[in-house]
Amino acid sequence: MLNAKLTVSTIAILTVSATAAAARDQVQVAGSSTVLPYASIVAESFGENFDFPTPVVESGGSSAGLKRFCEGVGENTIDIANSSRKIREGEVAACADAGVTDIIEVRIGYDGIVFASQIDGPAYTAFTEDHWYMALAEQVFMDGEITANPFTMWNEIDPSLPAAEIQAFIPGTKHGTREVFEEKVLLVGCENSGAIGGMILAGMSEDDAEDACMNVRTDGRSVDIDGDYTETLARIDANSNGVGVFGLAFYENNTDKLKVATMSGIAPSTETISTGEYPVSRPLYFYIKAAHIGVIPGLKEFASFFVADEIAGPDGPLAEYGLVSDPVLVETQIMIEAEETMGSGS
Amino acid sequence: MTDIIAEPEGGDRRKGSLLAQDTRTQKRNAAERRFQIYGMVAVSIAVLALVFLLTSIVSNGIGSFSQTFISLDVVLAEDKLDKTGSRDRTEMAKVSTFGYAPLIKAAIEDRIAAEGIEIDGLTKPDALISKEAAAQLRNFVLANTDRVGDTVEFKFLASGRIDGYYKGRVTMASAALDRNISPEQLMLADALKDAGALERTFNWDFITAPDASENRPEAAGLGVAILGSLYMMVVVLFLALPIGVAASIYLEEFAPKNFLTDVIEVNISNLAAVPSIVFGILGLAIFINFAGLPQSAPIVGGLVLTLMTLPTIIIATRASLKSVPPSIREAALGVGASKMQTVFHHVLPLAAPGILTGTIIGLSQALGETAPLLLIGMVAFVREYPGAPPEGFFDPASALPVQIYNWTTRSDPAFVERASGAIIVLLIFLLIMNIVAIILRRRFERRW
Repeated sequence: MLNAKLTVSTIAILTVSATAAAARDQVQVAGSSTVLPYASIVAESFGENFDFPTPVVESGGSSAGLKRFCEGVGENTIDIANSSRKIREGEVAACADAGVTDIIEVRIGYDGIVFASQIDGPAYTAFTEDHWYMALAEQVFMDGEITANPFTMWNEIDPSLPAAEIQAFIPGTKHGTREVFEEKVLLVGCENSGAIGGMILAGMSEDDAEDACMNVRTDGRSVDIDGDYTETLARIDANSNGVGVFGLAFYENNTDKLKVATMSGIAPSTETISTGEYPVSRPLYFYIKAAHIGVIPGLKEFASFFVADEIAGPDGPLAEYGLVSDPVLVETQIMIEAEETMGSGS
Repeated sequence: MTDIIAEPEGGDRRKGSLLAQDTRTQKRNAAERRFQIYGMVAVSIAVLALVFLLTSIVSNGIGSFSQTFISLDVVLAEDKLDKTGSRDRTEMAKVSTFGYAPLIKAAIEDRIAAEGIEIDGLTKPDALISKEAAAQLRNFVLANTDRVGDTVEFKFLASGRIDGYYKGRVTMASAALDRNISPEQLMLADALKDAGALERTFNWDFITAPDASENRPEAAGLGVAILGSLYMMVVVLFLALPIGVAASIYLEEFAPKNFLTDVIEVNISNLAAVPSIVFGILGLAIFINFAGLPQSAPIVGGLVLTLMTLPTIIIATRASLKSVPPSIREAALGVGASKMQTVFHHVLPLAAPGILTGTIIGLSQALGETAPLLLIGMVAFVREYPGAPPEGFFDPASALPVQIYNWTTRSDPAFVERASGAIIVLLIFLLIMNIVAIILRRRFERRW
């Protein structure tokens, strides 16, 4: 009986305090795990320098973040979604259906994708997109016909590559990085090597040929990593022949364990990525729910602080961690100041 | 047993001597010895695995409990910190942490000059100091505006790589390849250590400080995570224990045995085996989307974990109620106690040790759970401490297992050490809870 009374009163107290504590005073951010480190660096600095509380930053992936972002407007929905890709039209429509109509798109900078291997391993120092296509495609185009990928050693593809078994660790399909890898490496390699032309001549439609270019072999020479880069690093550590796909920031924090390869002769660095010379990079974004500006304290200030020169500029802490700063950052700053939403401006 | 019954001719056994074993007995004894060996092998595999796990965690994580600090005299220059000279706090707050960084750089350069340290090719001596230092300095100045213009001694955290150097994680060879630290900077650290400016001490901040971003692993602590876990455990204890005990008393002592109670019983057992992420999905749908409770809050985490712990507590409570001998109930009823008096005056006190043990085991299970927290937004970077209860239950917080998971995914190798350190802390909490459970059982248990 005593217990029953206790339970009833506990529930009563909870309900009362739930209504009292409804007002949220900190910014809530969720989304891409690639953007997470940057967002947490900014959140930390924001909390130190402003009288607003430190924003809460969750990870979970770009798609999951945008899905939660589009759940609606209100204090129990997130204010900012981090994304390692542009928001899709379907997501904008889903947002609009739930009443999230005004979205501010902010590009914070660029992220490079690098190919690295064990520092003492075989000399993987120079790759081209063709090498990766030939090494990882399910089917390759050779001697006028489409055959299953016959390559087992890198030097069979190009004698300049080391005589080592092909063993690649690439991001799994749930990662935004995988999409970039497929489009900017495999597809480009497929086009450059002429394989796609051959496939179309052999009777494939253009779309089918493109899909075939991006199909990765499943015989174990390419391993999908669904976890984080730390998992890829652990696999590389255990396998001296392995080559892994990493973010530039991760590589720069582990330069004592990894060596990086050039892509088509260009070494990845913040400079070569910002000029666009290094081919495999992508922009990083975050999306602000405009309806929350003025409701959630500190939201606009946080967004402005994120893209301020001292944070996201070439000498700021984000660049130090590995972000390639946006050369036209000032445009983004003006856009946030004007609260320009996606439909209205660009 | 079956062997004896299967014996075709019972008389055979008497032929042998009592002292000499016949083949059948030898066979049975051998089988018993084999079984014992299997058992010992199984136990030693388990013990080996445990020892391996503990040594790897402890050897990786023990370093996180101590930290390298650098003491420096910082000149709090008025022209940088308070340009108007008004000592007005709001005016001075306009100087961000970026404005404080040059003071730290000047302080370490002064120290190098004062000690007469000369190292060829040394660049960026301020890379030795954690980026947390600027925030530490700014907080001090804003709290003591009258100290501007003075020279104050500060104890700053050394950067993660320098700290790693004294813990054996970073070497001169790896520093030569490392973009974030150079061998010259390590030489400077050694020189400062000789001069007495650099020391390694026990690191309370690891237990009390909040999480830190990826640029400053040396400053990351477990404070928010421990508080968040504590709040959730309080919620679980105050909800799951009364509900669980009430439910089991009713089911065990009062409810009629019919089809309905059978269905409930089966479902409670089933619920105990449901993957914990399912409770997270439920929590998101009911507590956040329907009831409108805030995200990332310990109250939601606690409610979700309550649902998860309930079956464990109900099963344990019912088992301990069942183990109270019927004679106790009959005796109480015999002297005229009502059914309820019997239960609350006699059965429940005797079942209490079992109920408490079950509750603590349920709690320790809940303490280590991450999956259901993923969906309710508690797997997050949270730096603000939640407030005092009851409002604090609604503030964002992290949890111990979540913090471990977060740290293992970060790129700076210093976080690996931190994650192992956090595992040690979590294991200590679990150990304490289990010891309490054992003590309670020992002290209150009665045997019949």
